[in-house]
Amino acid sequence: MGKTLNSKTKAVLSVACIALFLVLVYIGDNLIPASSSWKMLITVVEKGSIFALVAASMNLLNGFTGLFSLGQAGFMLIGAYTYAIFTIPGKSHEAVYQYFEGGLIQWSVVEILEGKLGVFGHYLGMFIPMIGAGLIVAAVAALIGIPVLRLKSDYLAIATLGFAEILRAFFQWNSLGPITNGSNVLRKYTTYGNAIFPVVVAGICIAIIVLLINSTYGRAFRAIRDDEIAAEAMGINLFKHKELSFVISSFFAGISGALLAMFQTTINAMPFNTVMTYEILLIVVIGGIGSITGSIIGAFLFIATSEWWLRGLDSGKWLGITSNLMRPGFRKVVFAIIIMLIVLFYAQGIMGDREFSWDGFIRWWKNLPANIKAWPAKRKAKAESKKEARARKAAAKAKAKEDKAAGETRRASGEALYTPLPVSDEVMVFGKEGK
Amino acid sequence: MKKFLALMLTLLLVMMSLAACGGGGSDSGSGDNVIKIGVFEPASGDNGAGGKQETLGIQYANFVQPTVTIGDTEYNVELTIVDNESDNSKAVTAAQNLVSQNVSIVLGSYGSAVSIAAADVFADAGMPAIGVTCTNPQVTADCEQYFRICFLDPFQGTVLANYAWENGMKKAYCLSKQGDDYSKGLVNYFIEAFKGLGGEVVEEQFPDKNSDFTSYVANAKKNGCDVFFSPVSTEAAALIIDQAEAQSLGMPILAGDTWDSNVITEAAKGKKVDITVTTFYQEGGNADFDSGIKKWMEENSEAMTNNGGNTEIAAVTAMGYDAYFVALEALKAAGSKDAGDVLAALPDLQVSGLVCGDVSFNETGDANKTEAFVKKCNTESGTWEFVKKQAAE
Amino acid sequence: MGFIQTWLPYILAGIAVGGQYALIAIGYTMVYGILRLINFAHGDVFMWSGLIMVYLVTILPLWLSVILVIVFAIVLGTTIEKVAYRPLRSAPRMSIMISAIGVSYLLQNFALYITGGLTKTYPTISWLQRTVTIGSASTKMVTLVTPVLTIVLVFLLVMLIKHTKIGMAMRAVSRDFETSSLMGIDIDRVITVTFVIGCALAAIGSVLYFSNYTGIQPMSGAMPGLKAFVAAVFGGIGSVPGAVVGAFVIGIAENLIKGVGWTNFSDAFTFVLLIIILMVKPTGLFGEKNIDKV
Repeated sequence: MGKTLNSKTKAVLSVACIALFLVLVYIGDNLIPASSSWKMLITVVEKGSIFALVAASMNLLNGFTGLFSLGQAGFMLIGAYTYAIFTIPGKSHEAVYQYFEGGLIQWSVVEILEGKLGVFGHYLGMFIPMIGAGLIVAAVAALIGIPVLRLKSDYLAIATLGFAEILRAFFQWNSLGPITNGSNVLRKYTTYGNAIFPVVVAGICIAIIVLLINSTYGRAFRAIRDDEIAAEAMGINLFKHKELSFVISSFFAGISGALLAMFQTTINAMPFNTVMTYEILLIVVIGGIGSITGSIIGAFLFIATSEWWLRGLDSGKWLGITSNLMRPGFRKVVFAIIIMLIVLFYAQGIMGDREFSWDGFIRWWKNLPANIKAWPAKRKAKAESKKEARARKAAAKAKAKEDKAAGETRRASGEALYTPLPVSDEVMVFGKEGK
Repeated sequence: MKKFLALMLTLLLVMMSLAACGGGGSDSGSGDNVIKIGVFEPASGDNGAGGKQETLGIQYANFVQPTVTIGDTEYNVELTIVDNESDNSKAVTAAQNLVSQNVSIVLGSYGSAVSIAAADVFADAGMPAIGVTCTNPQVTADCEQYFRICFLDPFQGTVLANYAWENGMKKAYCLSKQGDDYSKGLVNYFIEAFKGLGGEVVEEQFPDKNSDFTSYVANAKKNGCDVFFSPVSTEAAALIIDQAEAQSLGMPILAGDTWDSNVITEAAKGKKVDITVTTFYQEGGNADFDSGIKKWMEENSEAMTNNGGNTEIAAVTAMGYDAYFVALEALKAAGSKDAGDVLAALPDLQVSGLVCGDVSFNETGDANKTEAFVKKCNTESGTWEFVKKQAAE
Repeated sequence: MGFIQTWLPYILAGIAVGGQYALIAIGYTMVYGILRLINFAHGDVFMWSGLIMVYLVTILPLWLSVILVIVFAIVLGTTIEKVAYRPLRSAPRMSIMISAIGVSYLLQNFALYITGGLTKTYPTISWLQRTVTIGSASTKMVTLVTPVLTIVLVFLLVMLIKHTKIGMAMRAVSRDFETSSLMGIDIDRVITVTFVIGCALAAIGSVLYFSNYTGIQPMSGAMPGLKAFVAAVFGGIGSVPGAVVGAFVIGIAENLIKGVGWTNFSDAFTFVLLIIILMVKPTGLFGEKNIDKV
């Protein structure tokens, strides 16, 4: 194995990579003309980073604490609405809340702060509702968590799913119209101007999640995941830690909801349904349950494949292949099949429970040529061993058949096939004295 | 080994992406004599059925007139169709997809919420868009790039309320779908107008994915209403008609443009229901178009399937057809295939000879339409019958 | 009298939809009782049964289509079990649930592709869809047939579970998976039979349900599926009579809620009920106490 890098080099490398990525996103967003097909890349980066954040938050819960929760879409919904409601500029209220006489809240945090502090106030005005969105979601989650977290695995899943559905009905309730605009979309609220914004916010949030996972709390979470009883015996307060994990995860789901609201520029409660939760879950699974790196990769791959690369499958022309099979909906079928293949044959996902590290990367890179060279041989060996196993199985089957047939003929000829044990004291003693 | 495989898989996907981009890139560059028109319609989700019918009209128009002459050059018109899945969060990427494929103009969508969601993408890109049947005022209200060729909900709501009042209906049961901007909006304008005339209103909403309309029909009866107003998507409409029959609703059903579809006539055929709708187009209004598109659908099995298995023409199909020709006129007027030039040409555009009436735009970008067609379902033959033209005043 | 006249339509509708939920809920409760798995794909098997019926009726007579639909549902359900659940049986419970969600996603998307997103109209079974009048309410024949048929089928099923060898094996497996396999019970066979029964009932349920609510689209199975699961939890998971009682309660309650005008919350109510049950009496109405599930 090659020599490992020292921590300083690693830090420099990491910072350089992140900086390069941000610069590329910035340049991409500003220089790529809207009509170029590369512009989709930027859209995917925006949406991908938002879903990376929510996937990481779900992973914190499902992968690191072992709580199978399916409430993520509901929490994103609250986050998105909270952000949107408080950032709609005063003059737009009349148009947005057109059926509710301009709504209850007539001001926007962004406007107020921008008026006092200028450009800085503008961004502060975006951050405060965003953090507020996270906090409100966290508070709601804390309340929901008290009853729900006492449930185990699938009951927890179905209960959180239920809560998400209740929340959706609540936000669409006409009587709340002056605040949530009922069934109608919220729009005109302040959004980010550059693709770098969601990337940076999501990046910071994910970094906080990673720090949390590596702290003593993170270790306690993992202990709970691996064995609740053992964890409790070691003095970990189960409920406190579960609640903490649930609340923190929901906080970040709320932030990602706020980001999604900015990305979409309009918000409506309908899409925040169970399908959305399932999609987030599938991102986590594709990336690897218990790997934040995996969730990030999974999110980008998921968004890019489902909304960009496979789109051609719907229109009948994809990678130069044309086929009658390809009509609207085919993309989703192919996509669902890919997901099922991953779930069944590749259950640990892309990263398993490993994280990215420079050492691992370098090792992988160094071994790559050897691995590629060894690959055909390995495959051959695998096929060979499979073949052998199959042959062994067939032989055993044949032998069993033969034995059975032989037995039948022997029985037919009246031969006793086994000698019954004499029912004697000796046998009984075994039950009394034997160990 | 597994990790290695995983990375190979990732690499493969990345390569695929490059190939896809490459493919896309070479497509957009293929020949100067191609003009792309983006079609932004739902093919799945709640509004999938309506979106497909609207797309059909555009496709038929493209079949009738596959070229456009700008200046002295003849261009082939190619349709770039994306599915916005009737979903706000998918609509943004779908719209971005169109923009990035370098289309000259966008048509769509069926369903106002997705159009509102996409409006900002089109605005950012300076991409002109023509709404075909999105009737919510918000679509064009603050978006310079969005135009539309249909009438608006305030207009339609008033027309419907007038019609109901004129026919002696005093108490209306209004049912809209939770989280659906279109039905909620239209119901709101209807209520406003109906109450203004002195009518009484009971309003309810049903949650999405609901297929049990028994109780809603029972509620309408319980409240002693005179008319059942439910301008919802065709999916729910078929179920409502079914329950209305089963429970002998005993009052007329009134609805907006979405119900002008063969899904409704099919569902109502042979049933004791009384359905009246307002709409953009009346079958038989333009004989050439009617016979032409019917023939086209008969020859094209996929189109027939998308239309729901028969050749009854939905109003949205006729509107889709019109939208395509408006787009061609805009391209001609612009004298170039550049999106910016098309955008500049749109406000002053006047198009006549369309099947649903002439089109010109007012200052917000909406079509100047003053009349809607009122149609009634003949449940014996399963067809629509023209009743009258109704104006808002 | 006036009270009954006003509420009769709602109660009738509730009983009908309750019976249909019951037939789906049995599949959930039996599978959960044995595999400890929420079979998220069950609602989609239900939806596919309806969809296949639409296509079969165009080429075959009605009675044959109904039989073939039941066969189809059984084949689909057991195939799902073989392909998606059996290989993961020793994996963590989360994996098998994710697999169930994946199957559900696949079935829905495949239905979307086949139907093209258009709502399919269920074929008319004229006998079931005939309008009948009871007192102040008029309704479809299916409303009256459903509860009767449901109760007959449940009675047969309970007999099967109580008095046959395979029924005994099922009870044993649901009590203790490992021990019963050591006792020589063919676990795979028991599970297959469970899926066969569950899917057959779901198929029958689909005939009744879609005769009443005649539109089928890819998401048609999702909501009835979730509600049926809640019904199963309400009645005590693993208990067949419990699931039936739970289903009727949910069906009637949601219609009454719509009747008083709280239409926004008719679906949310189901989940509120679920959460209350899980908090107050996690074993449900008829559930057994000693099984560690909550």
